[in-house]
Amino acid sequence: MRYLPKSDAERRAILDELGLGSVDELFASIPEDCRLKRPLDVPGPLSEKEIIDYFRARAGENAAGYTSFLGAGVYNHLRSVVADSLLQRGEFLTSYTPYQAEISQGTLQAIFEFQTLMCQLTGQEVANASMYDGSTATAEAAMMAVRLTGRRRLVISRALHPEYRQVVDTYARDLGLEVAEAAFVPASGQTDAGAVRAAADGQTAAVIVQSPNFLGVVEPVAEFAEIAHGPGALLVTAVAEAMSLGAVRPPAEADIVAMEAQSLGLAPSYGGPFAGVIATREKYVRQMPGRLAGEARDAHGRRGFVLTLATREQHIRREKATSNICTNQALCALAVTMHLALVGKAGMAEMAAQNLAKARYAVAEMEKLPGVRRAFTGPYFNEVTLEFPRSVRMINHELKRQRILGPLPLGPYFPEQTKRGLLCVTELHSRQEIDRLAAATRTVLESLGVGAREEVSSRAER
Amino acid sequence: MPQPPAQPMSKATKHVSINEGLLFERSAAGKRGMELPPLDVPAVDAVRELGAEYARGPVEGFPEVSEIEMIRHFTRLSTWNYAIDLGMYPLGSCTMKYNPRVNEHVARLEGLATEHPLQPVELSQGCLRILRTLERFLLEVTGMDAITLEPCAGAQGEYAGIAMIRAYLASQGNPRKRVLVPDSAHGTNPATAVTAGYEVLNIRSDATGRIDLSHLAEYANEDVAALMVTNPNTLGTFEKDIARAAEVLHARGALLYMDGANMNALAGVARPGDFGVDVMHMNLHKTFSTPHGGGGPGAGPVAVKQHLEPFLPIPVLAEKADGTLGWDSNRPKTIGRLRAFYGNFGVLVRALAYALAYGPGMVEATRDAVLNANYIRKKLEDVYDLPYKQPCMHEVVFSDARQKKNGVNTMDIAKRLIDYGFHPYTTAFPLIVPGALMIEPTESESRLELDLFVEAMRSIAAEAAESPELVKTAPHSTRVGRLDEVAAARKPVLRWTPRDVPAR
Amino acid sequence: MYPAKFKYSQEHEWVSLEGQTATIGITDYAQNSLGDVVFVELPKVGAKFSAGQTIGTVESVKAVSEIYTPVTIEITEVNGALAGAPEQLNKDPHGTAWLVKGKASNAGELAKLMDAAAYEAFIAAKEKEAGH
Repeated sequence: MRYLPKSDAERRAILDELGLGSVDELFASIPEDCRLKRPLDVPGPLSEKEIIDYFRARAGENAAGYTSFLGAGVYNHLRSVVADSLLQRGEFLTSYTPYQAEISQGTLQAIFEFQTLMCQLTGQEVANASMYDGSTATAEAAMMAVRLTGRRRLVISRALHPEYRQVVDTYARDLGLEVAEAAFVPASGQTDAGAVRAAADGQTAAVIVQSPNFLGVVEPVAEFAEIAHGPGALLVTAVAEAMSLGAVRPPAEADIVAMEAQSLGLAPSYGGPFAGVIATREKYVRQMPGRLAGEARDAHGRRGFVLTLATREQHIRREKATSNICTNQALCALAVTMHLALVGKAGMAEMAAQNLAKARYAVAEMEKLPGVRRAFTGPYFNEVTLEFPRSVRMINHELKRQRILGPLPLGPYFPEQTKRGLLCVTELHSRQEIDRLAAATRTVLESLGVGAREEVSSRAER
Repeated sequence: MPQPPAQPMSKATKHVSINEGLLFERSAAGKRGMELPPLDVPAVDAVRELGAEYARGPVEGFPEVSEIEMIRHFTRLSTWNYAIDLGMYPLGSCTMKYNPRVNEHVARLEGLATEHPLQPVELSQGCLRILRTLERFLLEVTGMDAITLEPCAGAQGEYAGIAMIRAYLASQGNPRKRVLVPDSAHGTNPATAVTAGYEVLNIRSDATGRIDLSHLAEYANEDVAALMVTNPNTLGTFEKDIARAAEVLHARGALLYMDGANMNALAGVARPGDFGVDVMHMNLHKTFSTPHGGGGPGAGPVAVKQHLEPFLPIPVLAEKADGTLGWDSNRPKTIGRLRAFYGNFGVLVRALAYALAYGPGMVEATRDAVLNANYIRKKLEDVYDLPYKQPCMHEVVFSDARQKKNGVNTMDIAKRLIDYGFHPYTTAFPLIVPGALMIEPTESESRLELDLFVEAMRSIAAEAAESPELVKTAPHSTRVGRLDEVAAARKPVLRWTPRDVPAR
Repeated sequence: MYPAKFKYSQEHEWVSLEGQTATIGITDYAQNSLGDVVFVELPKVGAKFSAGQTIGTVESVKAVSEIYTPVTIEITEVNGALAGAPEQLNKDPHGTAWLVKGKASNAGELAKLMDAAAYEAFIAAKEKEAGH
């Protein structure tokens, strides 16, 4: 077998040195009744070519060749082959967690750079070296707030990504935390400040708000920070679309930011692996989960980097750890660091600006269709909730025949939003693709009996 | 004053490596590394569109380097790292095996890397088929009945496993209060139990380093929900009484959780489902070769027996009546969702590619892994103290007892090993062996690499006896020496700021 | 080595009572076991604790230890100097690196603690057990 660097002769020689007749003898400590007495009933073995053929065949059974306008926590952005080629260097790909700092300086310096970039992006003072993803980062941020305040209640915006919310609920349930929900304002799509104010009391550890939220609307973070701080709670801001921070003011007033960095150089990859980040104030750093790289000097004064504040972590604290996280998403964080190094200050601003422009172009084109309009008045980055005159599911079913994946139907998540869909447009969508979406949707609406009459009435409503 | 080693070093010599500051220290205003296609729709003014209170200018402090500077930056950094591609990592319980390159290729295929998790399920059958095939492979290896591929790492898998135990017991009327954890366990075990809402009680190991069955019987009362066990344990020893332990627990209505970190000793040889385990996790970044990448990503699938199946996290991969695959979230007894979407799909692709490469031949990898560990044991047991004498499987644990007499401890030996061209083994773990040296070579090591490792360790043992200062002040050949972790923890500097002056 | 005027707990804290004011610290044995101290977490002024409760933590690079109060106490003063110079706890644990002061009224609790001689015997026995 090509991955095993031994010949049978070598195995024989080693056995001789060990004074053994067969490798079987080395398994004698396993009781008979614990042993498997037949070969594994599994497919394989496959050669390299057969492995590639197998996965190519699976790749052909998915959505390659379709134009997708899906966002909702996973975003299709420009990535560079330059970064990917560096990421595949064996010294990065096949290295271990940098516990032995002297021979892991490459990884450690890159982590330090990642932490810095995340602070710059979020406007916070410290950031960790990654959590699993944005959803678990949000749950961990909530746990952190619970530890910091000693309180046991969470107030969560209804406009938090529903899957993020499910994750927070899972963690909260096991710890017996109370969870209250704050509605969003039907007109603006922003979380209802009055509802948050009413729900955040002296028992509340954290208010959790996402920005831009699941509906695509940017939230007034500073206002929610003030509301949370009133009764002594913390504000946790979740960010699912990290690219938005290239054009939208960062959540600097939040106490803890829980971000998904997938937009910044990671492939969608059917949902993972991604890179969650927790960023916060320096004064909270000892309650922060996950690894941290810090600057250090050796005896000659040379600068290096080490994993630090490890006493928070599972391998030392054990029962009293701030989290049980061990393996994180280091290679993904490295990919983000490489991507941002390449994209840089100007590139990030330009990319974000293109997102703003393309999304608005798409909205303008779509609003020319009968009965289609933007559902919320709040500001948006590259995702926007559109209202349609027919079920979004039905429209998408027809669009699929044109090899277009239309806006995500919101009905499954918000029962009162059935004719609404979440449209995501990024710098990767060409004008032609956007035009094609609009044209195809127009055709579908016509076939579903939506006429010019509705166009007139929907204009009058505005 | 350090002296040259007693024997010449075979594996490594000194080598010039290039200095490289931080990205931010290399930046100059106006430089950029990536250009975008021109905007093909009308540009918009951010302040007008978002409002002045929401708009932002360019990110202050973001790097400004050209493409070649970016390439040199990361290439130089990479040369400062040790990696499996350079040589053996003898780290115990980490299973640092070869990361096959074909796995990288298939994970990046158009049609796999490009798929959106919320796209229609009928356009995702290829992804789902991959997951189903991996599920079946892992169920066959573990001997369990049902599985989730959602957890992102072993720790998250452990959490899911304990949460399922809790939900199961709650559905029987009483979730109970306590989880038993051996004193030899990995730190994630007790940390996980607490996150899942349980108290932790440590149980002793006996003189052979295995779980003390009488201690277990004494502690396992109606307040105990489960025992978390690693098998083989962290000494590399198979818990021969594990089936008995399972009986003791089951008789009292408790469950047996197995930490699958050491599956590299069992794959194809013994199946946890066959010796009484109710629920276990696997570490695909260990046994199934997915790359460590400097610390992750990993994947920690959790496999369960039928009675725990209703509690699996959502969504569950399910086959529909027409034979197609889909996601089922209509599971009233689920412990809930562990993370958004379905798991680290890219990691799962790599794991399946590895599994398919071996097929039933995976047992050969297990046999070589155990052979390699025993070879190292034989070649070092005369110079390093072996505290537990019973047979070991895929890993062996020595102690620094002999070297301690000269003031040389396991950390020192580990640091000196770096000068010989190896990554250190696991130091100071498991906690039940004071001054532990925990060594797991894996099946990926050739005879030559093993002999180089043995030669290095024997040389260091000689140095510890004859010139201990050389070992205590190691490493001597790295870019930086031992870093002052105390100062780093007292006044943590966790990011670059513009005021920083780069060090020489 | 261990001041005669202190009383000592099994968790390696010392307490010194003057009138109604108690001063609490950790012993030289404790700081030595921990190694270089990097951080000390202390309670707020005004906080009240019963004997045996955790009042804070002491952190080194490799370990964290809870600090337990040997006596029932209401905190009136914490040692602010330790925030900027935690290493002081290694240098002078019985003197300038005291941790907290407070009102302690239950003199009976002091009787349950060890005096200097008993504490020295206690740690000598511990060292022997650990095989040093």
